[in-house]
Amino acid sequence: METLEQVLTPEEQFQARIDADVRIEPKDWMPEAYRKTLIRQISQHAHSELVGMLPEGNWITRAPSLKRKSILLAKVQDEAGHGLYLYSAAETLGTTRDQMLADLHSGKAKYSSIFNYPTLSWADMGCVGWLVDGAAILNQVPLCRTSYGPYARAMVRVCKEESFHQRQGFEIMQTLCEGAPEQKAMAQEALNRWWWPTLMMFGPKDADSPNTEQSMKWRIKRFTNDELRQKFVDMMVPQAEFLGLTVPDEKVKWNEERQAYDFGEVNWDEFWAVVKGNGLCNQERLQARVSAHEEGAWVREAANAHAAKRAAREAVAA
Amino acid sequence: MNQSEWPLWEVFIRSKQGLDHKHVGSLHAADATMAVQNARDVYTRRLEGVSIWVVESKHIHASNPDDSEAFFDPAADKVYRHPTFYEVPDSIKHM
Amino acid sequence: MLPQNDSRVAAATPAAAPGPLFPFVLQLADTSLILAHRLSEWCGHGPVLEQDLAMANIALDLLGEARSYYQYAAELEGQGRTEDDLAYLRSAVEYRNPLLVEQPNNDFAHTILRQFLFDNFHYHLLKALLTCPDTQLAAIAEKSVKEASYHLKWSSEWVIRLGDGTPESRQRLEKAIATLWRFGEELTTATPSEKALQELGVLPDYATLLPAMQAHTAYVFAEATLPLPGPVFGQQGGKTGRHTEHLGYLLSELQYMQRTYPGLTW
Repeated sequence: METLEQVLTPEEQFQARIDADVRIEPKDWMPEAYRKTLIRQISQHAHSELVGMLPEGNWITRAPSLKRKSILLAKVQDEAGHGLYLYSAAETLGTTRDQMLADLHSGKAKYSSIFNYPTLSWADMGCVGWLVDGAAILNQVPLCRTSYGPYARAMVRVCKEESFHQRQGFEIMQTLCEGAPEQKAMAQEALNRWWWPTLMMFGPKDADSPNTEQSMKWRIKRFTNDELRQKFVDMMVPQAEFLGLTVPDEKVKWNEERQAYDFGEVNWDEFWAVVKGNGLCNQERLQARVSAHEEGAWVREAANAHAAKRAAREAVAA
Repeated sequence: MNQSEWPLWEVFIRSKQGLDHKHVGSLHAADATMAVQNARDVYTRRLEGVSIWVVESKHIHASNPDDSEAFFDPAADKVYRHPTFYEVPDSIKHM
Repeated sequence: MLPQNDSRVAAATPAAAPGPLFPFVLQLADTSLILAHRLSEWCGHGPVLEQDLAMANIALDLLGEARSYYQYAAELEGQGRTEDDLAYLRSAVEYRNPLLVEQPNNDFAHTILRQFLFDNFHYHLLKALLTCPDTQLAAIAEKSVKEASYHLKWSSEWVIRLGDGTPESRQRLEKAIATLWRFGEELTTATPSEKALQELGVLPDYATLLPAMQAHTAYVFAEATLPLPGPVFGQQGGKTGRHTEHLGYLLSELQYMQRTYPGLTW
């Protein structure tokens, strides 16, 4: 009698393991397309953490109190850590961090478009934490169960650390909304700017998202873009109401039948323009990363050179 | 010599006295001293550890997943290695 | 919550000379805050992700230390000012940090050398403060000395790597030494308040810190294969409120929100 393995192709065996919710580990056989999809998605995720440090990093030196300054610095530092965890996860698939950074710097690899929007007031620190991190968490929590082991483990760590990020954002918003009129106005103005870009974070509509089906099949992704977007609106509208803020979408309305909020259409022209590099801050965000990397080259080389010299000395001494 | 990228290191952390070091992830560092410090800065920001090991990733040798049946399946039928295989009369205590 | 104007009224009232401890604690607070500010400017722009995290950790330690000192200073002053009033509502001439810590980041070599000069003093000062008769200062020192010991390890190792790295890193470090070495002396030159505290036995005579500091510098420079810099004309003034031009810009950024929206809670 033939065993299953003799009948099934490697792809079919792989899919059977995925379907049985068995995690895939670095040295396991995997279809080349699975490997490529993961490298693309994980590195994109890592780049988003890295570039995501910039809009908030802007405000560390201007934070309005020492307490807020400490919190913000710790949060932006966490993002560096998250980028690092994710680059490490991608490196288990046979790529290098240098290669991934080269792809970021050349524009070949993408990062979340949300970070191409500017942070213009202190209330933006509230909105980034409350809305942007809120959206990120919705994307990230299912990834803790994603099929690739190192990615799932990195995400468990990320989600654990991330949980204070959204709360601190909400707290900033709440403090503003309970404060002076100019503070509340600052909060509303920030919400007006961040609401739609945040909805865009979930990606194109399902119908325009060609990778979704395969990613769902491989259990890299567990919910579709539109499902997550709906979930986000349902979560955020009551929170905005609690704060006494108005979501800048006249079409937002509770739909009793669907047991969900109806909401308006994202401006997809803007979405694609920003994705293609034509957002307000695309160029300066990328330039900041390229400069940091290039200006850091001599530091990295010096450390390598010193390590080599020291190793040579120790070899002689031994 | 690689002109820019530092070697990759695997990081193991003992979360408290009495427990094993556990693999937590990896990072880049130019040398072992830096690797330990980077591990401290990256992986113990929330009191996650009391001791750190690092080992350069290239020094880790792993079993091959293709051998996993030959390696691990033979242990499956050695049920007599487990205490639950043996029946002990109820009246016998402390065994 | 205090009525909006209370702290500002207090800030405008000249303090009733609360003794030499208040200006000294304020000096420690300003020093840690300004250096934390400079380090935090690196956040997101470091030479490699791992060092971005390392610098943010040091900045967070210093920020925490600054807050402890500001809170203590506010208590000593007893005028109802808060840590934020002290940090955000004093002008450059009232700031008491030494010139060294307000110097710009420039490149990584400058940042490292600035940090090394500071850490070498900071660590040895805190060690001496462990036995300070002022229990508050001793308590803050007890927590901070552990952090400072790590900072000193970190910056010392980087001085060694850059000095004994590539020709470029060595050249950059030499340039940093040429720019920053002259600011080192101020750290161990006592101001009138510091002298008064030394006489009271609250502070150690800085001359007693020098042998350990110099021994450490000699060790690090030898490892870095760098000659020890000769005597230079030391620049002083920050600890008595006479700063370099850099501090004004730094404070206008640091204090932007509190100055634009006075008296609000954030």
